[in-house]
Amino acid sequence: MADVLVDDRPTPAVPPRAAPPRRPSARQLERRSRVVRYALRIVVVVYLIMLVGWPLSLVAQRALGNGLDDIKELFADPQMMHAFKLTLFAALISVAINTVFGITISILLVRYEFPGKRLLNAFVDLPLAVSPIVVGLSLVLVYNSRSGWFGPALEGAGFRVMYAFPAIVMATTFVALPLVIREVVPVLQEVGTDQEQAARSLGANAFQRFRRITLPSIKWAVIYGMVLTLARSLGEFGAVKVVSGNVLGVTRTATLAVEEKYLNFDKPGAYATAFLLALVSVACIIVVSLLRPKDQG
Amino acid sequence: MAVTALPPPAATEPEARRRRPRRGGGGRESQLTWASGVGLGVSVMWFSLLVLIPLAAVVVTGSKEGWSGFWNAVTQEQTLAAIRLTVGTAFLVTIVNVFMGTLIAWVLVRDDFFGKRALEVLIDVPFALPTVVAGLVLLSLYGPQGPVGINIANKPSAVFVAYLFVTLPFVVRTVQPVLAELDREVEEASRSLGASSFTTFRRVVLPSLIPAIAAGATLSFARGVSEYGSLVLLSGNIPFQTEVTSVRILSSIENNNAVGAAAVATILLVISLVVIVLVDILQRRLVRRG
Amino acid sequence: MSIEVSHITKRFGDFVALDDVSVTIPSGGLTALLGPSGGGKSTLLRIIAGLEYADEGTVTIEGVDATDLPAQHRNVGFVFQHYAAFKHMSVYRNVAFGLEIRKRPKDEIDARVRELLQLVHLEQFAERKPAQLSGGQRQRMALARALAVEPTVLLLDEPFGALDAKVRKELRDWLRRLHDEVNVTTVFVTHDQEEALEVADEIVVINDGRIEQIGTPDQLYDEPAGDFVMRFLGPVTQLGGQLVRPHDLELRPDADGVGIRGEVTRIVRVGFEVRLDVTTADQVVGASVTRAQFLNLGLDVGSPVRLVVAPNATTVDVEHEVADPLELVDA
Repeated sequence: MADVLVDDRPTPAVPPRAAPPRRPSARQLERRSRVVRYALRIVVVVYLIMLVGWPLSLVAQRALGNGLDDIKELFADPQMMHAFKLTLFAALISVAINTVFGITISILLVRYEFPGKRLLNAFVDLPLAVSPIVVGLSLVLVYNSRSGWFGPALEGAGFRVMYAFPAIVMATTFVALPLVIREVVPVLQEVGTDQEQAARSLGANAFQRFRRITLPSIKWAVIYGMVLTLARSLGEFGAVKVVSGNVLGVTRTATLAVEEKYLNFDKPGAYATAFLLALVSVACIIVVSLLRPKDQG
Repeated sequence: MAVTALPPPAATEPEARRRRPRRGGGGRESQLTWASGVGLGVSVMWFSLLVLIPLAAVVVTGSKEGWSGFWNAVTQEQTLAAIRLTVGTAFLVTIVNVFMGTLIAWVLVRDDFFGKRALEVLIDVPFALPTVVAGLVLLSLYGPQGPVGINIANKPSAVFVAYLFVTLPFVVRTVQPVLAELDREVEEASRSLGASSFTTFRRVVLPSLIPAIAAGATLSFARGVSEYGSLVLLSGNIPFQTEVTSVRILSSIENNNAVGAAAVATILLVISLVVIVLVDILQRRLVRRG
Repeated sequence: MSIEVSHITKRFGDFVALDDVSVTIPSGGLTALLGPSGGGKSTLLRIIAGLEYADEGTVTIEGVDATDLPAQHRNVGFVFQHYAAFKHMSVYRNVAFGLEIRKRPKDEIDARVRELLQLVHLEQFAERKPAQLSGGQRQRMALARALAVEPTVLLLDEPFGALDAKVRKELRDWLRRLHDEVNVTTVFVTHDQEEALEVADEIVVINDGRIEQIGTPDQLYDEPAGDFVMRFLGPVTQLGGQLVRPHDLELRPDADGVGIRGEVTRIVRVGFEVRLDVTTADQVVGASVTRAQFLNLGLDVGSPVRLVVAPNATTVDVEHEVADPLELVDA
């Protein structure tokens, strides 16, 4: 056993005296890797421009083709204004609901132990993977006033849900549900309980701890989540289409207006509306991107 | 003589901790207090009323006419074609995303150049853009009046491109953070042992990325299968050619065929549930690896 | 045959990490690159390994000009401070990696891996993943992995820096004995002078991108080339314009009249040693005597005393002012 450890064999792995010419030098390897790097970069940039960048700019071009006229026309149309307001209100309510429940559920999932926790954790992600049409259908099945599970009862109590504003709010809230939670949960995990325990030892009760310690530590995560929720809520189409009944001037949202205008050969109107919606979405992304410190993806 | 002269270091070395210690120290969860219990109750009730019960209603309604009713609704010719188109295209798109998504994540993490920040914004656009607007966006370049002369409107390829667009961010965003966290010294170790850059990528880097890629691919597949809005203006919804499952469901709804709609919707729901479970498992493997 | 580093300069932007550094590392020896953090020793090691490239100068390994050779062709074994284990591979596969890359036949790989695992006493962990090992075990695995390809040179970058003190000491001894068995030219980087003095045949002291001194542990301790080396390798105190080891200061009764006069201002008993602070006209000087000597002197706080440098003591002229009376450079 001893002799295999003492290295007295001729060393086959050592390169011969003069480095053989076919071995690439460091400079050559560096050059090769630089070429590879540029090639990869170009592939990625071209892909993203062809798939997203260029089409997006074309929409802007078409919408602004007549200057701001097409857009001004939108704002002059009372029914479009109603559509904008409807979309905005529904989105804001969705943001409010999802923020409150999102923070609550995040804290429950990270700081507490209870039966069914893992199930809740998994189900919270459901809205991300469910088709918007299925979302709409599911709400209709439960809340429609004729044959729904709860609909008739609610109708009897005076609450018209389906094919009305409440349904739009529900659909919008449903699809954006996970967004705040997915932002807040990792931050809560990262921050840990040390500070909260210190606060408790200093005499703070649960509410004080929440307000003074927990909430500030998740402030930015909540803000990112709210902005993403806003973008998602403003943009929902499929689910809203199913539950709203698309009644002009009453339950037609901005996204539904885009479809309708296009199918009714009002292309300028469709592009103008689409452009505004795209503008808001991109603004939301840019705001989050600017707010986030550079090292987080 | 040689080996036995080297006694092993003391056996008192502690077993390695499996989980990365958390920065804030202590992630100990507590039992429910009355306040958090109420919070949990209210939240679960809200979640049930909004999500769980409605989704359950879909399954229940879909099975109202028993197994045969369900089967008939799902295997109806037009519907079956739609399902095949949806699943097949989503699968192809997912494969493309696995490559492109990993590649994009690589360039974003390992390369640096002017305008990289703009690329990051572009990647998130499909996630935040209203789907119907996405359809219009794609139509601008790839439709009848597009400047490049390509027209995919009302063709099956429209479905492919639409899916590609809406699923763009998923693999990228799951792979990116994992790639950014990778220990560079491990790659240096591989190189010092004689491996080329490509071999290092293949044997050392890629294996660590696989759970993240798989999670992203699963989400990408689910998103593709669920897509509706972008196809409304782009694909023409031509039966047997460009009609996808979500469009079929909507038709059934508009024809007051609640059971048929629910049956097909259940198929999509099953896919969603499988995806959720898979991603949950994969995320746990990701955490354990750390 | 050895490693020859010739006029190596390396800059990171404006920062000069290595400034015209030249050194020859003897073949088959165990050499330490010792110095404070940021001094350039890790950079030098990585340049020898091929993980960094120098801006100027050459590196020759066993007669072959390696300056332009990338790391994968230099046949060096490298061990990192944080192990750099391949997390998704078992211990066995980790160690086998270099051999698999070289496409050696399977049974040859198996034999060599088993041999090395026995050498580092990790045979029973062969199928475990690195995450299931302790820090010390992971580092032993990393060593086995580096040795598997029979490297010309073994390079270790602060190999025990991430380990507990007790484990560190054990692995330090173990590395020395391993080297005595395997006899590969070994260079390791450390900022711990105790480690370097205990383990190495030869020490290269690097500070601020330059070599301060090269020599055996005894040479460096007894014949330091200057201020920095003396300070770094052991406790020093300043008397007048000279640095001297605290235990080389003789304390004489005031009445003797020789040496520098001062007053005892602090007495600390540490084990068998007694450390005193003596305040002179312009300095606070640290002296160290044995308990027996202390009792013989009969000193107390406030006692006047005379300080004399022992004959044949090592002294060096001061280049920088001493911050503490007793500057103990400890790990």
